[in-house]
Amino acid sequence: MSDHAADIDRQVRIYITVFVALLALTIITVAVSRYHLPIREAVAVALLVATIKGSLVACYFMHLISERKLIYAVLGLTAVFFAALLALPAITVSDGFWIH
Amino acid sequence: MEIPYTVELRRDTGLTNGKIGIWLFLASEVMLFGALFASYILIRTGAPTWPRGDTILNVPLATLNTMVLITSSVTMVMAWASLARGRFGTFRIYMGATILLGCVFLVVKYFEYSHKFHDGLFPSTNNFLAIYFTLTGLHMLHVAGGMAVNAYFWGPGAKLWKTNPEWFTNRVEHAGLFWHFVDLVWIFLFPTLYLL
Repeated sequence: MSDHAADIDRQVRIYITVFVALLALTIITVAVSRYHLPIREAVAVALLVATIKGSLVACYFMHLISERKLIYAVLGLTAVFFAALLALPAITVSDGFWIH
Repeated sequence: MEIPYTVELRRDTGLTNGKIGIWLFLASEVMLFGALFASYILIRTGAPTWPRGDTILNVPLATLNTMVLITSSVTMVMAWASLARGRFGTFRIYMGATILLGCVFLVVKYFEYSHKFHDGLFPSTNNFLAIYFTLTGLHMLHVAGGMAVNAYFWGPGAKLWKTNPEWFTNRVEHAGLFWHFVDLVWIFLFPTLYLL
């Protein structure tokens, strides 16, 4: 078997492992929601599990774990603007204390 | 005229043009969904009361759809891996499965939507339903768009495999990146709308 074929086979085994992990994490998310935690804890748990699942998809299915630097730069810039976008509601909730 | 850098890597980026193109597109998609998520947070934090998603929405159906979409992500990446191993027949099976799973997702969503409409729940009913229909509706459009691209590569677009298999493999990888992004968005939509 060539190195390339062996490498693809190794990746396929990783895909299956990630698949099982994603299914398990989905069940965990739903199970935890049945405990009706207070909203802060519920949001924290839900976002933590979703972030782990999202990272698995991005790193392994989208091959981000072994991508070129330029892609990381594009995504880093996107992350900055995305964070700024999500910060806007927070500013509004706090009466926009620093934009008066 | 031949399209440049479809297979060979550009010296300045170290990538094919298709790869950098799809990632730039996905970056714009992050901002699109980010704007809607920010709107959701703004509306929810500003509302005096907000319903828990599971009191209005069907969690078992949404859980099923989450598993369907995750499975379709695996079949998509397996379709690409099949091409990388030179197995076109296996690619067709996995890509066909991906398209079918996309159909299942949309059918389940159709039942969810029609049940809501039957109960007199519309986007105009309240802010929760407005943001629910907007976010899931936009997501469904993305699923439909991804399915159309996948169907093209399963059908007429597959002719490229005979003349330029490396380019075809790259194109399927780029279609896969979009499909995984659609899965990723749902991974965040599901707990946000249905469980909190």
